[in-house]
Amino acid sequence: MTMPLKKMLLSASLLGLFAVLGTSLVAFTYESTRERIAQNERDTLVHSLNALIPPAHYDNDPAADRIIVTDPTLLGSPLPQQVYRARKDGQPVALALTAVAPDGYSGDISLLIAINLDGSLAGVRVTTHRETPGLGDKIEAARSDWVHAFTGRSLRDPLPEKWKVKKDGGIFDQFTGATVTPRAVVKAVRNALDYYQQHRDTLFDGSDSAVPQQEVPHG
Amino acid sequence: MADKTLRQIAGDGLWHNNVAFVQILGLCPLLAVTSNVVNGLGLGLATLLTLVLSNVTISAIRNLIRPDIRIPVFVMLIASIVTAIELAMNAWFHELHGILGIFIALIVTNCSILGRAEAFASKNNIGRSFVDGLTMGLGFAAALVLLGAMRELLGSGTLFDQAHLMFGEAARAFRLTVFEDYKGFLLAILPPGAFIGLGLLIALKNTIDQRRARAPQPVPAAAELAPE
Repeated sequence: MTMPLKKMLLSASLLGLFAVLGTSLVAFTYESTRERIAQNERDTLVHSLNALIPPAHYDNDPAADRIIVTDPTLLGSPLPQQVYRARKDGQPVALALTAVAPDGYSGDISLLIAINLDGSLAGVRVTTHRETPGLGDKIEAARSDWVHAFTGRSLRDPLPEKWKVKKDGGIFDQFTGATVTPRAVVKAVRNALDYYQQHRDTLFDGSDSAVPQQEVPHG
Repeated sequence: MADKTLRQIAGDGLWHNNVAFVQILGLCPLLAVTSNVVNGLGLGLATLLTLVLSNVTISAIRNLIRPDIRIPVFVMLIASIVTAIELAMNAWFHELHGILGIFIALIVTNCSILGRAEAFASKNNIGRSFVDGLTMGLGFAAALVLLGAMRELLGSGTLFDQAHLMFGEAARAFRLTVFEDYKGFLLAILPPGAFIGLGLLIALKNTIDQRRARAPQPVPAAAELAPE
């Protein structure tokens, strides 16, 4: 059974027409939601930054004052990580960097780690993870206080060899039935502190204009 | 196919041919997101909206498309609709969108949507396709909510936790702590709990159907409703 050329052309044009229609629908929705989505993402970021670095301590816009760094060993991922810098009167106050604990129980655990200028931790939050609900998910601030144990800690307190869960001879609690998860997070936080110590002289460098422009509109 | 009344179409969608309990379609999202009521409701409504929009659109163009290209056209339309819904959810229900994540985009692959397009919307007028999409979607959403409620209740002892993600800050008060000091029942929240829960719900539906079949038939009310 051969299809007449005319029929084939008609089918092809119809298919093309619907492709154009579908694409227009998506393009139109994208255009009308784009700013709102960008604003949402920005709000979420500012919200999580403010949970770690009190807004009273800085007067710039850390979400916009950011640089991108890559360190597969200490930041846990071959992918670029963000560093958001908080300043007051132009002087560095603290920074928040994203990092990954690659050795969670079920894959990567993404973290947001805020470090004060003096190298002490302003706070740590888990941003995404796939740890076992009810066991490993106590690393979430919403589910337990565990993650607050990092606040105020630094590489001098406790000393590096104590930056472990208790089971491994360190000072941080593990969870009943889940040691792998907290162990991974403790290690990632420690590595991030190491990273900060090695790079603290340059991490606050680079003016806003040198920062790669964000796709988010300023608002 | 003999012409069904709207009531029969609705009955099929909600009960006799329920997407989740009878057709057992769309299991991937069904099992993955139903760890609580709000997630189930969120995905259920998104799927419902997709079903209605795709059924109506496909019914509207059913005389235009040729049989040899209908499947690619259906898939393209469904994918566009789902992408639009995903963007809209990201804009207006940002946090819920974050939780449901990939499963919103995966609505495209929910067989029930292409299934209804092919089996129903491409052969029926817009009104009937709308009713079919609406009731099939409601049936699926109800299954998601029911399974979510079961797992949340057993797993964490609450209901409507995180309702503020959908209904705004005021809805934080919707959270019901059913069991105080509940230690949690991990199995219910983990994936096996979803399978067991779905199995129990299907068994329940079958039991109800069997009871009904055995009970003496009431005067068939359907006879009075003359087909349109």
